Amino acid sequence: MTAPSRSLVVVSAGLGQPSSTRLLADRLAAAVERHLADAGSAPRIEVVELRDHAQDLTNHLLTGFPSPKLQAAIDAVLDADGLIAVSPIFSASYSGLFKLFFDVVERDGLAEMPTLIAATGGSARHSLALEHALRPLFAYLNAATVATSVFAAAEDWGSQGVAADGSLVARIDRAAAELATAIAARTPRAPRDPFADPVPFEDLLRSQ
Amino acid sequence: MQFGVFSVGDITPDPTTGRAVSEAERIQIMITVALKAEEVGLDVFATGEHHNPPFVPSSPTTMLGFIAARTNRLLLSTATTLITTNDPVKIAEDYAMLQHLADGRVDLMMGRGNTGPVYPWFGQDIRNGIPLAYEHYALLHRLWREDVVDWEGKLRTPLTGFTAVPRPLDGVPPFVWHGSIRSPEIAEQAAYYGDGFFHNNIFWPADHVKRMVELYRRRWEHYGHGPADQAIVGLGGHVFMRKNSQDAIREFRPYFDHAPVYGGGPSLEDYMEQTPMTIGSPQQVIDRTLGFREFVGDYQRQLFIADHAGLPLKTVLEQMDILGEQVVPVLRREFAALKPAHVPEAPVHPRVAAARALRGEVISPAGIAAPIAAVPA
Repeated sequence: MTAPSRSLVVVSAGLGQPSSTRLLADRLAAAVERHLADAGSAPRIEVVELRDHAQDLTNHLLTGFPSPKLQAAIDAVLDADGLIAVSPIFSASYSGLFKLFFDVVERDGLAEMPTLIAATGGSARHSLALEHALRPLFAYLNAATVATSVFAAAEDWGSQGVAADGSLVARIDRAAAELATAIAARTPRAPRDPFADPVPFEDLLRSQ
Repeated sequence: MQFGVFSVGDITPDPTTGRAVSEAERIQIMITVALKAEEVGLDVFATGEHHNPPFVPSSPTTMLGFIAARTNRLLLSTATTLITTNDPVKIAEDYAMLQHLADGRVDLMMGRGNTGPVYPWFGQDIRNGIPLAYEHYALLHRLWREDVVDWEGKLRTPLTGFTAVPRPLDGVPPFVWHGSIRSPEIAEQAAYYGDGFFHNNIFWPADHVKRMVELYRRRWEHYGHGPADQAIVGLGGHVFMRKNSQDAIREFRPYFDHAPVYGGGPSLEDYMEQTPMTIGSPQQVIDRTLGFREFVGDYQRQLFIADHAGLPLKTVLEQMDILGEQVVPVLRREFAALKPAHVPEAPVHPRVAAARALRGEVISPAGIAAPIAAVPA
């Protein structure tokens, strides 16, 4: 039996072009794709580069509505079966651009979403920002964040990165396996449309 | 079709001079705009309701009562009346009184308000925004239709043997619109009661407005008020006009760039592309406004935002002259020619319909549709 088609969305808040954040995001996506393929599913992968939406994100905050391009990016995340969210660590936390995006995604949009969090930084001293900043953010959003998060310091891209068990490559593989399992275990998301199927008014009145 | 203006009542410094008007001046500007609306042949003036600076209109029925005394034809309305933080008992009485004083020239638009602290300032909790809109309106609806009300809810003290006075003029409650930018629950509420639905149509893209109105129309039919295309729809609009469109853009840009709502955000050009805002020639405004019909269907009320963002009164009055002389007469003619006969006009009080008939104004019989909407049991 063929597994149902899945969509995996990768949100990268890297600023450089190319950025190490995007590099990590792509490695994670490829690893998740491999694990899903092993389970018989070929996911559609879409990358949202937040740099491309930086102006529109600010405008959304000020006007209250997204541009069509930003709306498409938000919709991709809301309709995904799984999410990989990667931010550079700035000043002990996710970057402002990263937070801006998740501030404008609707409140319950990420509920129960299988999510892998990852981050990049200059040195391993920043790695716990994943646990004290990103993980609580996604807990607030009710996302189903997998246990393993992935931090890549500059040095991880050197020879140390591919060596031992605790290496970046090994960690990417472990986190990707967890996300692929969570995605595969999940019923594909139903299309969301509050306009198609409104709650009858009597029910709204009663539910107060 | 009804055309009019609505006023937020903001005191915003004119960005080209830095000058801000006083509260006293701002209130007089709103009155001047309302009187001008009647003078230039518009049908409706609607005031906002706010309870925090830099806004002045906190007391809508006081202001509308004053305007009622100085006008003869103008319909007086609100944009919006805070159904969440006002006591529905007081709304019932205040607007019934206004109806009597204005000889029926009154309707109102319910809104939830978007200023968080107003809720606690009025003893409410913003987390109850939607439940307050439902419960308060359900009570208001009864207070205007039942002479003696026994009522118990969750968010207001109970009533036993209460009669709201005065009773609505001739027993006909004011027509009610429900305004919401983004909550499908409010479109559902408007449809349930067979009331009007108003979308401000300024702050959000047209495809969103379309979905909200479509939902309202579909549910109106579901609740047995008639075919979807007979539902009562109103839209806002944001326009600024000069003979040459480039002059309009040049003159309006500083006001856009510094407006409390859009300032510092997208460019005027991007905003015009993404929303129904139209800054240009009168003909461009005519074309764009006629285009609203293509995404919401035949509709009954078009309100334009008039005085805001620090525009000088002289400019606002010039804009209203352009509306009255060059834009609205064309829109009336064009919309009327496009509208099928079975699509009703917005309900008005029978006294308003009678007065119009006396003046020899041509209105379709549907224009005096019974304002008391049947509510399904």
